[in-house]
Amino acid sequence: MERPLTRNIHPNRPPLTAKEYEMAGGYMAVKQALLKMTPSEVVELIKESNLKGRGGAGFNTGMKWSFVPMGETAPTTKYIVANADEMEPGTFKDRLLLEGNPHQLIEGMIVAAYAIQATQGYVFLRFAYKEAAIRITKAIIEAYAEGYLGDHILGTGFSLHLHLHTGVGRYMCGEETALLNALEGKRATPRAKPPFPQVSGLFGKPTIVNNVETLCNIPHIINNGADWFKSLSYSEDGGTKLYGVSGNVKTPGCWELPMGVSMRELIEEHAGGMKDGYKFRGVLPGGASTDFLIEQHLDIKMDFKSVSMAGSRLGTGTMIVLDDKTCPVGFVHNLEQFFARESCGWCTPCREGLPWVEKILWSIEQGKGASNDIELLFEHARLLGPGNTFCALAPGAVEPLQSALKYFREDFEQHIHQRKCPYD
Amino acid sequence: MATLYVDNRIYEVTEGKNLLETCLSLGFDLPYFCWHPAMGSVGACRQCAIKIFKDESDTTGRLVMSCMEPVGKETRISVNHPDAEKFRKQIIEWLMTNHPHDCAVCDEGGSCHLQDMTVMTGHNYRRFEYPKRTYLNQYLGPLINHEMNRCIQCYRCVRFYKDYAGGKDLDVYAAHNHVYFGREKDGILESEFSGNLAEVCPTGVFTDKTLKQHYSRKWDFTFAPSVCQHCSLGCNIIAGERYGELRQITSRYNGDVNGYFICDRGRFGYEVANSPKRLLQPQLKNDNTSFGQEFIINDISELIATSNCIGIGSPRASNESNFALQQLVGKENFFAGLSKQEYQLNQTALKLLQSGVAEISSLKQIEQYDAIVTLGEDLTNTAPMAALAVRQAVRKEPVENAQQTINLASWHDAALREFVQHEHGALFIFHPHATKLDEIATKVTYATPEEIASEGFRIARNIESSADSDPIAAALLKAERPLIIVGTSLFNEDLLNAAGALAHSLQKKGKTPGIFIIQAECNSMGLAMMNTPSVEDAFYKFENNILIVLENDLYRKFPAQQVDELLNKCKQIITFDHIKTHTNEKAGIVVPVGIFSEADGTLINNEGRAQRFFQVFIPQNEWLKESWRWLYTLKALKESTAIDENLSLGTVQQDLIEALPQFKGIEQTAPDEDFRLNGQKIPRSPHRYSGRTAIQANINVSEPKPLEDNDSPMSFTMEGFRGIPPSSATPFFWSPGWNSVQSINKFQIEVGGPLHDGNPGVRLIKPAFTSEFKLSSNKTSLKANEWLAVPIYHIFGSEELSAEADSIQELTPAPYIALNQSSIDKLGIKENEVITIELNKETYQLPVKFRPEITDKIALIPYGLTAMGYIALPGIISIK
Repeated sequence: MERPLTRNIHPNRPPLTAKEYEMAGGYMAVKQALLKMTPSEVVELIKESNLKGRGGAGFNTGMKWSFVPMGETAPTTKYIVANADEMEPGTFKDRLLLEGNPHQLIEGMIVAAYAIQATQGYVFLRFAYKEAAIRITKAIIEAYAEGYLGDHILGTGFSLHLHLHTGVGRYMCGEETALLNALEGKRATPRAKPPFPQVSGLFGKPTIVNNVETLCNIPHIINNGADWFKSLSYSEDGGTKLYGVSGNVKTPGCWELPMGVSMRELIEEHAGGMKDGYKFRGVLPGGASTDFLIEQHLDIKMDFKSVSMAGSRLGTGTMIVLDDKTCPVGFVHNLEQFFARESCGWCTPCREGLPWVEKILWSIEQGKGASNDIELLFEHARLLGPGNTFCALAPGAVEPLQSALKYFREDFEQHIHQRKCPYD
Repeated sequence: MATLYVDNRIYEVTEGKNLLETCLSLGFDLPYFCWHPAMGSVGACRQCAIKIFKDESDTTGRLVMSCMEPVGKETRISVNHPDAEKFRKQIIEWLMTNHPHDCAVCDEGGSCHLQDMTVMTGHNYRRFEYPKRTYLNQYLGPLINHEMNRCIQCYRCVRFYKDYAGGKDLDVYAAHNHVYFGREKDGILESEFSGNLAEVCPTGVFTDKTLKQHYSRKWDFTFAPSVCQHCSLGCNIIAGERYGELRQITSRYNGDVNGYFICDRGRFGYEVANSPKRLLQPQLKNDNTSFGQEFIINDISELIATSNCIGIGSPRASNESNFALQQLVGKENFFAGLSKQEYQLNQTALKLLQSGVAEISSLKQIEQYDAIVTLGEDLTNTAPMAALAVRQAVRKEPVENAQQTINLASWHDAALREFVQHEHGALFIFHPHATKLDEIATKVTYATPEEIASEGFRIARNIESSADSDPIAAALLKAERPLIIVGTSLFNEDLLNAAGALAHSLQKKGKTPGIFIIQAECNSMGLAMMNTPSVEDAFYKFENNILIVLENDLYRKFPAQQVDELLNKCKQIITFDHIKTHTNEKAGIVVPVGIFSEADGTLINNEGRAQRFFQVFIPQNEWLKESWRWLYTLKALKESTAIDENLSLGTVQQDLIEALPQFKGIEQTAPDEDFRLNGQKIPRSPHRYSGRTAIQANINVSEPKPLEDNDSPMSFTMEGFRGIPPSSATPFFWSPGWNSVQSINKFQIEVGGPLHDGNPGVRLIKPAFTSEFKLSSNKTSLKANEWLAVPIYHIFGSEELSAEADSIQELTPAPYIALNQSSIDKLGIKENEVITIELNKETYQLPVKFRPEITDKIALIPYGLTAMGYIALPGIISIK
């Protein structure tokens, strides 16, 4: 089984230097793209590979790039931004790539920048990823020294200047337009779309924001082709995927596996199954902002379409397992507390609705719930849905809530009737 | 045109506008918070949700925010869909979870958009059972009160303050359900437009602090449409009275003049009407006993019957009052209470407007120009609303670019600002010192007034020769609509000539330039149009004559010694004014008159627009009548004709037009006193006006007969026509379900457009082409220890009337002199050190301020500060 993304990542060893990375086949894609391909050929190749965004939305990456204005009339300054603000609870896959092989990301960014003819690049890094910041900084310096960054890369007319920006730790910055606002030094509030960042992004210029994992896939597609990339996968979505499992499993972790591996295989084989004494109760398949799936869904493929058909989202592909000894109300309360706190405060439903949800859940968990609380929670889950709020934060936040109400309703009712948490 | 189906009814609407403004224009009551007609849409509050359908067969639809969706060729929406109604109600419930529900003690109560929207959506039962979040409030200065707990986070305040008005010190802090709108720390708000926060805020977070001292609910006010008296722009205002006291000024929408906003001087300067400086009783020199009205008036009439009278008019008196004085003393004896220099400046300004070398821009039209040159005018301090308009104008070019390149609608505010970033259209500023608009200027040049004028002439020559090497000439030639802003504040006539030459050169190149001329006072243009010579020309006439001074403090216009000398030559001095002035102190007889809220009249603003201001209430003090009314009485007594007890403004205006036909049109500034709607008068008070039968019950239990108004079709009561009155005679904005100022939507033909039956005001100046402009400027040479003292203006303090308002006095700077580094070095002095200067043979002691940007031989001295008295500016000073 090929593991292109993590092949050069070795636990407990520092990441490859630029030289070592080159020796391991690194920066080949930059040479291939810049010297032998036109930008539009790069875009076409990525489109053809069916690489879907690994940040959660699962949009075709090549397609996203193709919306950037090109040619003579296009603005002269364009930007490529790596979204490394990995703050989804339960998600730690990008960290592996950032700390493990920063040159792979840089290479991906150079190719992506070339494809859209961006001259400035930013890595927007989560504040808490201190080690990654050190390693990326070092890698950027090395890449400049090796001539992969800067003016006239590889003697071509193409130039790219890459900068590291460390955020201040807001979940909101994972949303690409809020990220751009933060990068501009403004409040991290999302922007209305349209206009999309591809047209009016950072500083009002065309900008592509891609997830770290997405960008790390780029060099391998350039080197090996679209068909190879598709062949890595068990499903129609191309490539491999970094999957993670956390919760009361025997060996929580993060693995690069073919896209579309089953949930059961992930939990039972790679994560070693449930810890002794714990039973599987449910799972958030793609991070905190995805709907619960339960036992009956264990055999579904972990790809964008299959998980969506089961009623949830692949999201980041890093799952959180709920067991039978953990209170689902408390579990959801913990998540909603996070989301309410991380709401940027821009639109009313999210700013005022999530704290209300959090307070209701807390009072239910404390044994102070009232009979109409479940109805209020349902109502919030409905009214905070997509389209009603300014961005996807609140709709994501109510996904675990609405599915918990669906699958674990008896737990909520028990809390209210017994006037205490039955798990205490 | 596009077709819009609203709940299956068909409407013809404009394509591309957003659905919210379209629905509001069609008369639907759709609730909203974050959208503002002048500021566009951002989609934050989610209050204006409606259902939109793909086509006829789509029955499910999609919930969208109407402010963020454009009208397409054919659009199907539902405003009343149950899903949309439920969502809108839920939004209010969310907003209300933390709102303190303190309407009973909130200044906004009764004119609160949040109240209106809450009632409109039907939210009435609280399900949120948890504690509310609370905030600490801030001290924001003497003008604005801060009560953050009431905030519903619509973001309008910061969008107005920062994005629209260019303020820096109000911002959003913190996040999630704890966002905070305020300053970084307590302190006086720095923007000259902070008062608009009280109108922009949909609830009671930002309220008028001066109103707090004599609070009244909106429904208890008696209102009248009025015109701001504190600069030459003539912004439209609504003045409100309760218990015989002027208590509040708010902006009155005029799509041609001030739009939705007014500046802080205009909003808070009204306190002069209640200040200790107010003149309320007649004064007779050397006599402290009080006299009856009849006695004094007879006294005056006897005086003027026996001797020759000289009348001095005023740039802050109404046209009617100036005219009445002219009629009383005779044309040959009537003079403008201005220095010769100021008279000449005003005449040149008038001629420039009349010349036809440029289109006269109205205040609001400034926003439509794509390249602007200002020659020696610190707009923020001499005509603040013009500065606000310039801030919008410089966005025109980049916004149009955004609309073309990425197809952004003009109302899509956040996206436009994102795309535009800090780009702005061409703005070239020439001024002796730094101004607040410098930050948005393409180029700023600091120079003496003479140098600025010669720069203007130079650019004009370069335009004529199409010299590409001059970037300013090139930018003006490239622009579709170039605008020249100039004014009289630096007392330099060459600046006006330079503006004329510039406009003329552009015109010769096939451009249609615009011109906007700032003047000193609210009726400077009106006085200039009377073509009355300066009183300086009449000093010889003062000998043994009776002098009548109308609403004018000569000590602000001439050196004290000169005025003293003149007044001493007069046999008797009679003054008519509403405030106590130094001139009044010297007068033998002082007659108190009504201030603008107690008077009717017209003013002519800087663009030559005649505008009517209406009396708000009839004061109990019987002295407080319009000057023109007193002067007409005196004229009748002088001529031994019958006194017209029912004299109306209309009659005076007819006389005025007959005598001075250039004023034809002022009679059309408002409907006449006989105008009725459905046979009814227009009520000055809202129909919920309370306590009418009890308000004077401590004096008399019988309700007095309502007072009559001979001058206007408005009543002083709550009874009368309940609908939309003519735009010029709209005392307040109110509509069923819309108690707050947001009800303005119902008074416009379409949202953000002109008022029903047009924006008020009549432009009296009809340009006809002539062009006589001097083409070079004078040169002053300075000796080694001499500096050119140039006036620097302060929005708070430089204008005579507003300077007496309590809140504004708190913001008025102390006198100073400003010099640059090399001047300070040369003199070997330190900042704040008090130095002695000599100007025009007078010596002054002033602390030194450091202004790094001004040129070497310039000294700045604040103009018009009460604490400073008259200083002959500009002038050459020597520093000891």
